[in-house]
Amino acid sequence: MAETTLLDIKGVETYYGNIKALNGVNVHVNQGEIVALIGANGAGKSTLMMTIFGAPRARAGTITFAGTDITQMPTHEIARMRIAQSPEGRRIFPRMTVMENLQMGAGLDNLKHYDEDAEKVFTLFPRLKERIAQRGGTLSGGEQQMLSIGRALMARPKLLLLDEPSLGLAPLIVKQIFDAIRELNRTQGLTVFLVEQNAFGALKLATRGYVMVNGNVTMSGTGKDLLANPEVRAAYLEGGHH
Amino acid sequence: MAVTVSSERDTVASPVQRAFREALYAGAISLGLFVLFIGLKTDQNISNQLILVTRWWLLITVVVLTMLGRFFYIAYGQPFMANQKIANVATGLLPASVASRFFLLPAFIGAIVLAVVLFVFGGALPGLVGDGLAGYLQFLRALAVIYALACVIFYFRAYIHDNFTKLGVTALVLYPILVVGVLSLMSWSFVGGLQGSLKWIDNFGIQILIYVMLAWGLNIVVGLAGLLDLGYVAFYAVGAYAYALLGSHYGLSFWILLPAAGAMAAFWGVMLGFPVLRLRGDYLAIVTLAFGEIIRLVLINWREVTNGSAGISGIPKVTFFGLMTFNSTDPNYIGKVLHIAQSSAYYKIFLYYLILALALLTAFVTIRLRRMPVGRAWEALREDEIACRSLGINTTTTKLTAFATGAMFGGFAGAFFSARQGFVSPESFVFLESAIILAIVVLGGMGSLVGIAVAAMVMIGGTEALRELDFLKQVFGKDFTPELYRMLLFGMAMVIVMLWKPRGFVGSREPTAFLKERRAVSSSFTKEGHG
Repeated sequence: MAETTLLDIKGVETYYGNIKALNGVNVHVNQGEIVALIGANGAGKSTLMMTIFGAPRARAGTITFAGTDITQMPTHEIARMRIAQSPEGRRIFPRMTVMENLQMGAGLDNLKHYDEDAEKVFTLFPRLKERIAQRGGTLSGGEQQMLSIGRALMARPKLLLLDEPSLGLAPLIVKQIFDAIRELNRTQGLTVFLVEQNAFGALKLATRGYVMVNGNVTMSGTGKDLLANPEVRAAYLEGGHH
Repeated sequence: MAVTVSSERDTVASPVQRAFREALYAGAISLGLFVLFIGLKTDQNISNQLILVTRWWLLITVVVLTMLGRFFYIAYGQPFMANQKIANVATGLLPASVASRFFLLPAFIGAIVLAVVLFVFGGALPGLVGDGLAGYLQFLRALAVIYALACVIFYFRAYIHDNFTKLGVTALVLYPILVVGVLSLMSWSFVGGLQGSLKWIDNFGIQILIYVMLAWGLNIVVGLAGLLDLGYVAFYAVGAYAYALLGSHYGLSFWILLPAAGAMAAFWGVMLGFPVLRLRGDYLAIVTLAFGEIIRLVLINWREVTNGSAGISGIPKVTFFGLMTFNSTDPNYIGKVLHIAQSSAYYKIFLYYLILALALLTAFVTIRLRRMPVGRAWEALREDEIACRSLGINTTTTKLTAFATGAMFGGFAGAFFSARQGFVSPESFVFLESAIILAIVVLGGMGSLVGIAVAAMVMIGGTEALRELDFLKQVFGKDFTPELYRMLLFGMAMVIVMLWKPRGFVGSREPTAFLKERRAVSSSFTKEGHG
């Protein structure tokens, strides 16, 4: 492989109690790529996202990030490896202002690059700057998603994990957010791993993609190939394009 | 208070007719409710037999009062409130607010004159008009003073709002001086002023400030970190017993034991923190409640060390930084050193400033910590624990530091408490104390230092003020003790505040990060039950 592998997930199995949610998943993300993981509800996409962050922990297999085995690390130490996450349901801090939410993201460097990075986030999402003194909980869904991504970017991540950034958002906002992700990848070379139900948008954005069914990765390939694949089209792209 | 008549009849019935009908309903309901509670009472006669005492007149009074209240509310209260919302057709202005109609300059001057006159003739009143009337006049005097104060607060509300912290701290610092000064003037002697000030400085000042400090300490755990702690009094007990035992057995000075008591309480905070790391909300509350009870039961049963429920007495007093003492037999007694008259008030005044300093230290540390990474992590933890972890915050240490910091201030307050009382026993550390402290935090508005201080003043000052309401004995008979009703007052205050301001007196949260201007975030933007 020409590129260096940043995140390498090998044979990962995750359980909720006795229920197996991930069944030996192999996924890798190379430096500078946008990788999309698509699948239906309950396929285990979000579980994989959470397993990368150590909660729940993988019972078998290894997760390696930049050469370090992070499988057994506690969540906050994984975050300190510079993996940032915009989690499922956004999970912004509702009573804190936009500014304070961004501050929380910059905590790893003790706010050293805070002003500079906040300015970058505001360039990326000008809407956030208008809402700067507003509570997180009073933002619209799209703004909350922008804030969630912005907060993750404040940590200067090497890898950005996005869990369903388009969930519950208007198509126009989804486009804005996907554009922003593409922009980040193109200008800053940020590596992005995103989980999506919006298969069309995600695969168009992604360099490579994986398809997950019932805790197994069943297909992989470049975003274009998957989009053209008749099985993928039948399973995930019926019902109209976005 | 919804009016439950159909709109059809509503158009026909005038407010007075409707009020009459509603009053009858209210009377019937209250009769049904109170016939057993108030109308009948079981008692014992001389030969220990159970007898039924009937109190029909009391029942009638209650029912008639209910009916009158309902009648006036429907007939005059509701139309008045509705009119307040209707703008004048000609000018387009809303009617003058109730407050500006209530606080009038002539009435203000009248109240001051009345208060001064009654103060001047206060001593001679019982002789002139008899005990009964004098009691009512005293009450009138208290009302006049409260009205005058409320007028001042109302007219300067904008200024007070802008400079609340400065004004508050200044008032607290000047309070003992003012009390001694006013009382000296009233009795025309400095010593008399000192003696008279004891009640005001000790029962009101120190008592309120202890609760302010405890509530501010608990605010770190509950208000900032969002960890519901029902056993906070345990740390208060640890601090109090730490000073009581080490001080009386080893004769160590308060100034050494104060940090030690804080450290010990912080240690127990961490001890409590470890097992409850994974718990939140209701589950955490139950474990902390149990922890508080465990500490109390240990204090009762570990007789060899704690002397059981008899408690520890003879706890040494605080010294003036080792330079002067407050025991009149010591060679370096403050009166002898400074050549002033002997009085127990010096110690109380000193204690007042001590607890004021400790409370302000708590506030200062809280304000500073909120702007530091650990304080921001506490607040983020309250909002969303999972998000915290994925942002690289170690939630274990964050929770433990919150417990430890909160407990430390509880320990300081405890050490102060035992030095002030000179006696500690497990009775001072019952669950009710935890509940009161938590109630103050909730009433004041979680996370708001100012709100909590106001709540502590109202609740603790209010319960202390009940002791002053002697005139009520004239109304309800000699064996009426108003202070027994303090829990009723607490309960009523909680219900009213929670109906009127569900997030407490000060529900807004001051952000800690700013771009250009500060802007408090109103509570009305947040859902109840969040954060």
